[in-house]
Amino acid sequence: MERVAVEVLTEDMFAVETIDLTKDYTVGFWRKRPKRALDVLTLQVRVGEIFGLLGPNGAGKSTTLKLLVRLIFPTSGTARILGRGLDEVAIRARIGFLPENPYFYDHLTAHEFLTYAADLFGLGKNERCRRVGELLEKVGLVGSENVALRKFSKGMLQRVGIAQALINDPELVFLDEPMSGLDPLGRRETRDLILELKAAGKTVFFSTHILSDAEMLCDRVAILDRGRLQGCGELREILNLGVSVTEIVLDNPLSNLVEGLRALSTRIVRTGERVRVEISEESRVARALNLILKQGGRIVSVNPVKMSLEDYFMASVSGAADKVYGSRNVEIPLAKQ
Amino acid sequence: MAAPMEFSATRWGRAVCFSFLIVSYVAVVFLQWGIDQRLSAQGRTGELLYATSGKTLRRLCLGHEGLLADIYWTRVVQYFGRKRLEHSRRFDLLGPLLSITTDLDPQLIIAYRFGAIFLAEKPPGGAGRPEEALQLLRRGIVANPDYWRLWQDLGFIYYWDLKDYPAAARAFQAGSERPGAEIWMKVLAASVAAGGGALSTSRLLWSQIYREAANDQIRKAAEEHLIALQAQEEINQLNSLLAHFRNQTGRGARSWAELVLAGHLREAPRDPTGVAYRIGPDERVALGPGSKVDLRLLQSD
Amino acid sequence: MMNRVASIAWHTFKESVRERVLYNLIVFALLLLGAAILFGSISVGIERIIIVNLGLSSIAVFGLMMAIFIGITLVWKEIDRRTIFSILSKPVRRAEFIFGKYAGLMLTLLINTAIMTAGFYLALFYVKRTLEFADLVALQAVYFILLQLAMVVGLALLFSCITTPVLAAVFTFSLYVIGNFLNDIRWFGQETGSPLVMKFTAAIYYLLPNFSNFNVIGQIAHGQRVPGYLLIANSFYALLYVAILLSAAILIFEQREFK
Repeated sequence: MERVAVEVLTEDMFAVETIDLTKDYTVGFWRKRPKRALDVLTLQVRVGEIFGLLGPNGAGKSTTLKLLVRLIFPTSGTARILGRGLDEVAIRARIGFLPENPYFYDHLTAHEFLTYAADLFGLGKNERCRRVGELLEKVGLVGSENVALRKFSKGMLQRVGIAQALINDPELVFLDEPMSGLDPLGRRETRDLILELKAAGKTVFFSTHILSDAEMLCDRVAILDRGRLQGCGELREILNLGVSVTEIVLDNPLSNLVEGLRALSTRIVRTGERVRVEISEESRVARALNLILKQGGRIVSVNPVKMSLEDYFMASVSGAADKVYGSRNVEIPLAKQ
Repeated sequence: MAAPMEFSATRWGRAVCFSFLIVSYVAVVFLQWGIDQRLSAQGRTGELLYATSGKTLRRLCLGHEGLLADIYWTRVVQYFGRKRLEHSRRFDLLGPLLSITTDLDPQLIIAYRFGAIFLAEKPPGGAGRPEEALQLLRRGIVANPDYWRLWQDLGFIYYWDLKDYPAAARAFQAGSERPGAEIWMKVLAASVAAGGGALSTSRLLWSQIYREAANDQIRKAAEEHLIALQAQEEINQLNSLLAHFRNQTGRGARSWAELVLAGHLREAPRDPTGVAYRIGPDERVALGPGSKVDLRLLQSD
Repeated sequence: MMNRVASIAWHTFKESVRERVLYNLIVFALLLLGAAILFGSISVGIERIIIVNLGLSSIAVFGLMMAIFIGITLVWKEIDRRTIFSILSKPVRRAEFIFGKYAGLMLTLLINTAIMTAGFYLALFYVKRTLEFADLVALQAVYFILLQLAMVVGLALLFSCITTPVLAAVFTFSLYVIGNFLNDIRWFGQETGSPLVMKFTAAIYYLLPNFSNFNVIGQIAHGQRVPGYLLIANSFYALLYVAILLSAAILIFEQREFK
């Protein structure tokens, strides 16, 4: 196997970095028009973090990933992976890639295919056997490893895909829609796997259009729409953007209390015996609680309601920033320096 | 209920489909048979060359001309056999088929040798075209200059079919000088030059052909000729015996018994096919009835 | 690098085997058997010639069909099925991929041809009742057939990188046919007398793959050996031409994008 000088990447270096990465396609049969699939994308992914690339279908997520693993070539702009340019073939020995809707060789069994993948990385025979066994177990395919891939369900193929992406113990893993086609158990397992990878110090770059997954996993996210970067930042900060609303749930309060709370709250919803009171300003929360306690209302729960990623996403994609953020007019931060 | 009715409808449908298939197939077979009958009644017995130029065909072969030559050779054999079976007197396609075969594979010796005998031989034994046979052989000699037997065949045609003895002698001589030629070629050249169409020379030639015969048809033809030659020789001998008897006794013999009694013969002579000769009314020996000897093979044009 | 090429080659071969491509051998065996029995009744002296012609021509034709039909999908299938994503995202050079695919198909053809050749000699033995040393001369024809197949696979692979299987098959087969007629094309050009046409046909003659150099089945059937200089010259010709085809394929493949 070729020996590559491994640069030790420290915390403040980037695992993935794109600079004005652009991809145009020519469409049309007779008169060729360029179609911009990715427009001047600039982002960075730090070593050891889980980075989510979000966006609706056709946003350019797969395009980005394919550019990074050199399946397609940029029209302009550059990118670096683990500090190296995309042209270096050897760098791909340190990454893993799971394609979207993976499709593998019909005629091979899972075991044979993983062995093939390991072969291509130049793993020695013993190490190959060991890794294949380990990964089959990790993705839960023990018992099906000698079944031909043509008989695999979509979920099982996804698992094989993850296995082949990790066969070389990569430092950086690219996953294109890793949860697609998985049942809830499978998704849970995949989420756990991604968290495991992070715990082992690896960097995970994945694309998805399922926001709840991203919410649960990502350290940072970027949102693409129609080839353009619409938003990027730490998930924590994004979710703290916007008005934080506190929700108080009361059990069968007296109508007096409800009237009294109406002045303080932005919204009151009654569902059967439960009444939900939304208060937007922090100062009013304390006054409301005082009022409730004075009048003897029964409190079921008090919860801060964070803005969801979905809200942020919808805002980024549709451009209606003001609606979500209300009066605070927060600027959606672009590529964080 | 709906379900059982559907079920039997499907089964009935399948039965109909299957029967239709069988009936149609039977109809096809009959139709083909009928077409064949009509075509053969009209005289179209499928006499097709499928190509007229061997050279063009050779080009189209993409390197497989050897195989195509072999296929055409089998067509030659089948065509000839069929014509013989039909007692036909016309072998129109024989020449062209042999020509194409040898264009495709100039080294297919057997084609030349077959043509030498059956192209030249008079009908119904062959096509009766000795000149065509000569042409074929000359092309064969050009393509295979060291194959002396082709010279033998050339000489054979001059000798047997064209009765051109000087040309035959020259051909035998030329053949005898080729590498590997057997010694009797020189003998043949000499005897033809000296004594024209002696029966012994003919027998030598035909025995050679019989010995070298590369296929059953050639061998059978040679055998028939040898039998005829032998019978002719025996007839000649018996005729001179009869003449001798007449000289001696002053009268003609009526049956073989008289000759046996006179001690000229041991028993009634039989021809090579086992049928007894008979003495004709003109006191000449003739073949007995039912004899399979065909003396017409020895006749000249 | 060789390990990766060998790995890809081995898996390409395995795919052919698993797709039961080698079952064509059954048809081949039946053909030869039928011919041996059939022609035996036609004439005696020519049996050997027929078996050699039929056997070698069948080996060539079956090999050609296989080379074209498998070759045209070699690269295209991986692209169409997107199995290529998980290969090229690994440290595999695109050139290695092309080499591996080529080697895999050649291995399949080699095994197929070897089995057919063994069957051929069996048929020859059955017909002749004996095998002589001189019969080994047929191996020269088999060798030339393999050289031809090497070039055809190169052509098919090249077109597989460019276009769909149907067109690739048409182009490959057309070039094979034209490659057999190059002598006639050049002669035809000379006959016209026009200098432009003559130059054009001469260019075609030299640039396109010349397959007619390798057609020796007819003379092998008559027991003649192939002259030594032709053995060497054809080997180099095939080698060089395959190098040309693979280089072109690599050049094209390196620029190819996989959406």
